[in-house]
Amino acid sequence: MSPQITPIADTAQDLELTERILTPDGTRISNPQLDAYVADVDAEQLRALHRDMIILRRIDAEGVALQRQGQLGLWAPCQGQEATQIGTARAIAPQDYIFPSYRETGVIYARGAAPGDYVRMWRGEEGAGHDPSGLRVAPLQIIIGAQTLHAVGYALGIKHDGADEVAVTYFGDGATSQGDVNEAMIFASSYQAPVVFVCQNNHWAISEPVALQSQYPIAGRAPGFGIPSLRVDGNDVLACMAAMRWALAHARAGKGPAYIEAVTYRMGPHTTADDPTRYRESAELDQWRQRDPIARLEAHLRAAGELSDEHLAETQAAADDVARDMRAACLGMTTRPPLAVFDGVYAEPHTGLERQRGEYAAYLATFDGEV
Amino acid sequence: MTELTLGKALGAGLRQAMRDDDKVVLLGEDIGKLGGVFRITDGLLDEFGAKRVIDTPLAESGIVGTAVGLAFRGYRPVVEIQFDGFVYPAFDQIVAQVAKLHYRTQGRVRMPITIRIPWAGGIGAAEHHSESPEAYFVHTAGLRVIAVSNPEDAYRSLRQAIASDDPVIFFEPKRLYHHKGEVDLDAPLADAPPMGLARVVREGTDATLITYGAMVSTALQAAEAAEDDGISIEVIDLRSLSPIDYDSVAASVRKTGRVVVAHEASREAGVAAEVIASITERCFEYLESAPLRVTGHDIPYPPAKLEKYHLPDLDRLLDAVDRVLDRPNSLTGAEA
Ligand SMILES: Cc1ncc(C[n+]2csc(CCOP(=O)(O)OP(=O)(O)O)c2C)c(N)n1
Repeated sequence: MSPQITPIADTAQDLELTERILTPDGTRISNPQLDAYVADVDAEQLRALHRDMIILRRIDAEGVALQRQGQLGLWAPCQGQEATQIGTARAIAPQDYIFPSYRETGVIYARGAAPGDYVRMWRGEEGAGHDPSGLRVAPLQIIIGAQTLHAVGYALGIKHDGADEVAVTYFGDGATSQGDVNEAMIFASSYQAPVVFVCQNNHWAISEPVALQSQYPIAGRAPGFGIPSLRVDGNDVLACMAAMRWALAHARAGKGPAYIEAVTYRMGPHTTADDPTRYRESAELDQWRQRDPIARLEAHLRAAGELSDEHLAETQAAADDVARDMRAACLGMTTRPPLAVFDGVYAEPHTGLERQRGEYAAYLATFDGEV
Repeated sequence: MTELTLGKALGAGLRQAMRDDDKVVLLGEDIGKLGGVFRITDGLLDEFGAKRVIDTPLAESGIVGTAVGLAFRGYRPVVEIQFDGFVYPAFDQIVAQVAKLHYRTQGRVRMPITIRIPWAGGIGAAEHHSESPEAYFVHTAGLRVIAVSNPEDAYRSLRQAIASDDPVIFFEPKRLYHHKGEVDLDAPLADAPPMGLARVVREGTDATLITYGAMVSTALQAAEAAEDDGISIEVIDLRSLSPIDYDSVAASVRKTGRVVVAHEASREAGVAAEVIASITERCFEYLESAPLRVTGHDIPYPPAKLEKYHLPDLDRLLDAVDRVLDRPNSLTGAEA
């Protein structure tokens, strides 16, 4: 669907080859492909998107802080990717089901995650951070690309059930090299499954630049599988929302899968264990600071006279409250008792595991009465 | 009772499971019109349609990963991997996703997926068509592993596997696909022995021969041959490799005091090692000699013309029986 996909990926040039509605300085321009999808978005809704992004950035900063303070084993920051995550996730309907990777903090936020949901997995308390059936979001996925197939299988189920739902999956630019992601596109296309692929091209897969994964713009691959795609400015929340609405409408109308590449940038480290100064130039980061998704929408709202200092202060205070609740939930978590390590391995009794549980229980009992 | 081949019994099992529960869907390569390369799914497309008998693109990880998504949605996918040696591209989805999602979500997501694998050697097949990968899956928590040895068991266990809320790796000995046996197609599933139980196939008093899959037939032949020498061998078909029914195993070992465990798979860190370690832990004081393994060698599966030197045969089993009974054997070199 994007007319401007060029054969050679060039990181610098690439930026100009994306669909956008807001320029980096916040000017609203017309986009013949996308405008119709956000025609209804008024100032109040824009302020809500702005607020979402500010809260998400605050949650993310709190995650980093909690990790630095030894409260989390690891954290995968999403600073810089707020527009992609909020813009796309806010377009998704409540009945749709999402299969994310580990970096989609903004997506579970948009689905109404509880304060502890952001950290439970990273803290090591449970394998999944949240209740998948409650949020209609599968557990965060660490195996690169595996979740894309799950989304396709789910979507096949939706299709067979005749349900008015769509499955959505998120993955990174590095993930597009994985066999599973390519297999997912084949299966989705062959079965015309109602699934939306969202590639967050944040330019780096740990230390590997996107050009190592793809010599061709990533959105350009999907048409080869028979899947229409859009390449959008991932730091433009309106463009992301519009693209996602296009993709969801396409899938919901029974036209099969759709694909979005959101071109964005991971401003922090890959995870809290990573040191990006070893592999990327500070000039690149500076360049991307000029494209900050929150500043962009803020500039737009300010110019339109739709954002007051008072409102901004309120939003910041609300974000602080969310972070405070998240911290309290994190610090307040109690670890389950030792025998819980055996819980949930099987749905039905398994004699081998039951014997081990019994043996370990007997061993633990020898400590009874000890102080 | 109906006389059926093991292959037909599996097909009947699938058909019955699909009739019992409309959430059961089949996925695999060539399982539709062709009925699978072994014709196990023959006729199912006609009866249930393409939404339930799903021919897939040629991508094993894709097949299993798609099944995971269907399970998320409340379906009960039954996957056919075309041959044992082709399960490896799906290994990640099986061990990292299928096996773990229930645990990771504390039971909030179930993976009632059955992964059928035409399995093991002895049919003179090409490379990658004769492998015994069961130990990889037995070693993986969260999976159940079943290996069938006869039509009746195949029919019943497959239905039990599909009905189970846990993921099951289901090994079908292709060497036995055409072997016939009596199957009670109408016996209620509820009355059947649970999936995890072993079966004493032949009673005996002098030594216990433990095996599974196609090797059960070889073990029975060994027991018959030994009887001519006045040796009484008890043969146990494990049927389930995860969990292993150690109560039945131990009961037999306490009776005979002597043990041989046999399988086609390579020896190192294999199922036999596990069985013998557990026997030693549980009933060491009943053992009258060191338990022995008879297995495939620790080699890649050899070319078809050489497979007879790899697969445990009647004579290797009997030699091991002689050794656990302290009778003249290949090690002592003496004639009986
Ligand atoms: C199968 C697999 N291989 C390697 C890793 C280790 N790893 C974790 S994140 C990552 C980079 C992923 O990059 P990308 O897909 O671009 O996503 P991003 O982290 O940038 O969001 C790697 C190599 C993994 N988690 N899974």
